Amino acid sequence: MEQAIEILFTASFWVAAIRIASPLIFATMGELICERAGVLNLGIEGIMTVGAFAGWFTVYSGGDLWTGVLIAALAGAMFGLLHATLTVPLGLSQHVVGIGITLLATSLTYFTYRLALPQVTTPPKIEPFQPLPIPGLSKIPILGEALFSQTPLTYLAFATVAIVAWVLYRTPIGLAVRAAGENPSAVEAQGISVTGIRMGAVMVGSALMAVGGAFLTMSAFNSFFFEMINGRGWICIALVVFGSWRPGKALLGAILFAAFDAYQVRLQQISGGVVPYQVFLMMPYALSILALILVARRATYPKALMIPYQKGER
Amino acid sequence: MAEKLDLHLNKSCKRGRRALPQQPHPAASPPPSPQGGGEAAAPVLRLSGITKRFGPLVANNGISFDLKRGEVIALLGENGAGKTTLMNILFGHYVADEGTVEVFGKQLPAGDPRAALDAGVGMVHQHFTLAENMTVLENIALGTQSAWKLRLDRAAARKRISKLAGDFGLAVNPDATVSTLSVGERQRVEILKALYRDARILILDEPTAVLTPAEADALFRTLKLLVAQGLSIIFISHKLHEVMAVSDRVLVLRSGKLAGEQVTAETSRAELASLMVGQEVASPKVAEPKIGAVALELKSVSAAGQGSSHRLDGLSLELRAGEITGLAGVSGNGQATLAALIAGVLKPASGEVVVQGASMRDWSPRAALGGGVARIPEDRHAVGTIGDMSVTENVIAERYATARFSRRGFLDWKAAKNFAEEIIRDYDVKCPSPDARIRLLSGGNMQKLILGRALDPDPAVILANQPTRGLDVGAVAFVHRRLLEARERGAAILLISEDLEEVLALSDRILVMSKGRLSSPSRRGERTIRELGELMAGHGEGMAA
Repeated sequence: MEQAIEILFTASFWVAAIRIASPLIFATMGELICERAGVLNLGIEGIMTVGAFAGWFTVYSGGDLWTGVLIAALAGAMFGLLHATLTVPLGLSQHVVGIGITLLATSLTYFTYRLALPQVTTPPKIEPFQPLPIPGLSKIPILGEALFSQTPLTYLAFATVAIVAWVLYRTPIGLAVRAAGENPSAVEAQGISVTGIRMGAVMVGSALMAVGGAFLTMSAFNSFFFEMINGRGWICIALVVFGSWRPGKALLGAILFAAFDAYQVRLQQISGGVVPYQVFLMMPYALSILALILVARRATYPKALMIPYQKGER
Repeated sequence: MAEKLDLHLNKSCKRGRRALPQQPHPAASPPPSPQGGGEAAAPVLRLSGITKRFGPLVANNGISFDLKRGEVIALLGENGAGKTTLMNILFGHYVADEGTVEVFGKQLPAGDPRAALDAGVGMVHQHFTLAENMTVLENIALGTQSAWKLRLDRAAARKRISKLAGDFGLAVNPDATVSTLSVGERQRVEILKALYRDARILILDEPTAVLTPAEADALFRTLKLLVAQGLSIIFISHKLHEVMAVSDRVLVLRSGKLAGEQVTAETSRAELASLMVGQEVASPKVAEPKIGAVALELKSVSAAGQGSSHRLDGLSLELRAGEITGLAGVSGNGQATLAALIAGVLKPASGEVVVQGASMRDWSPRAALGGGVARIPEDRHAVGTIGDMSVTENVIAERYATARFSRRGFLDWKAAKNFAEEIIRDYDVKCPSPDARIRLLSGGNMQKLILGRALDPDPAVILANQPTRGLDVGAVAFVHRRLLEARERGAAILLISEDLEEVLALSDRILVMSKGRLSSPSRRGERTIRELGELMAGHGEGMAA
């Protein structure tokens, strides 16, 4: 029991929690942008897979790490464009299109992987992003170590939250995005194209999701293997709800979930095999559901979420 | 100061501002002479030959007119006459099939709200176009500053809003979230939105439909100020007295066509009304009632308040066959609770409801319908119909499970469609087809369908809750006639209405509801409007204990 509590005061636990949170932060911000504009993007799981592969493969083929991130983002944006074209101007069901994008993107990625590396049995490794301790700050016990001895991509994740929050709440374009998710006719009545805003938001959001995926192959691990996204996309959709569609709260949610995840791994080690390990694996998800129930009951969701807007319709 | 601010905004807004000067035409100099004069003044707006079709329905048919500077035009017409469609074409929400729109002599590109805004056209929609999760300021500033700016200039926006608000009597807190505002305040925000963009032509679509009389008066005062500044206004309405009060000129639309044009000072309400419906409107002739047995009885019923409506405490009421019982009162005094109770939606805490001699046991809308209670719900959009389902599906919605419309658990679409076609024919419903989604219908046509559904086959009790709210003259007369016919056939009718004139015109017996209690009844003509008004306010004698 004492051991279980001691875990919370070790730096390695918090370092792991922040690392696990990073891809979730990127993808959650991506989903949040889409939903704030009124589009539920269930393609997230597949788009993260695409990003994971595209980033890793760019580096594997000789590109540098940041080029990999950029290529991942572009690949994500392309799938975002496909999603947006189907759901926004054509107004198709966002659920069906999203699931379809996930299936398409995932299979296409695996297919491309096999085409590119037909003979490989063990996934080839790349040289991933290395931790970049911030001088001074990373010496602060526990908190400093956890936050400031991470890879550059984690710092970028945190910066993304600040940028997304700023853009949504402080800029004219953020205003239009929020209005598009709340009442698209308000956007049109002010002379702005709802279609343009929504498509743009889905593309930018999808790019962020793909960078979230790329974090896994380029920072957390150093190679690409099948099934590596492993439901993280779906968690991000829950995190958006948990965060009541607000970037700051969603960030807290991502860290909370990641902490549960890091904690269960350590708990497994000290439990000595009495409890089946699956119970621990389940824990973060069970706690997330509990947190969702407690927090999200009063959440005010974007009113036009999942409602296609078609101009000139009565 | 104001000019400085304008300059500042101009700079900060790369593509948003219109190129037009504040005084667009030298010829259009004050004083504005709206009454037929002003030949020299070029029109600020010219619509030529606008035609718009929705499938087989022709919503606008070759409509042309001019609007002059400083003029208020009223666009009058029944629901579904095509007023809103026409304005939506002008504003660029819809693309016209034929015809052109010219603003200040320049043709507007079709289907581009931005171009309309930039040309100085502002529109206050009937259903407000506000994002409720955002503040007043954010809603107004939306789309007025360059999208690529890294920071929304709130200070400049706030200054300009408070100046406009002060100049035109449109008080509103710029930092309030829209969801917390009253309907009247929201409308002020909509007007501010247009003024903020230097609108020179303001279109108001049924602006008073949602306002209290005091709010409407404030709106009219604002409109006067705007006209004094040289703005031109198009005022859409189907309320004759408002049209007479605010407009210089009246255009009457009927079934998508321009049916007439009158200078307000030279016309009368009666003339406009007949232009609107295409015939003389006669007030219903009411025969002596043939009062029969008690059809519905409430015996000291108590029930919790429904929504914002007052609760009922030991209320007793008798409805007799062949009689219309009018229930007047300010809304929120328990009418909604009473209606929910009779419709079987709400179960009373105590007391008894007896329908045609049988005490109600099973509290559900279906049981109430089965017992012979037909209802015309207060809110036809939210409760009366399911907008995205077809006309046919809506007319059988209350009774799809009965033997008439289903057999062995399968729907009989043929019978359903026949029923829908029957109502469309008998009630003169204008709709493209029985398969059309019901939300495409105008309010009046929707209400006719609901009426047709409720009155077939002859119900013993009819609960008519605000049956003519928001309807135009022709539709109101139609609904009244049908209700009176049902009374002739021996139905017991409870008419709940906030429109005192309606209650007085139709009811054989009038009750006033106040704070969940009923006044003593009065026969037709026994109490004056004044006396009823006092009862509605909760004082006056005759409130039953």
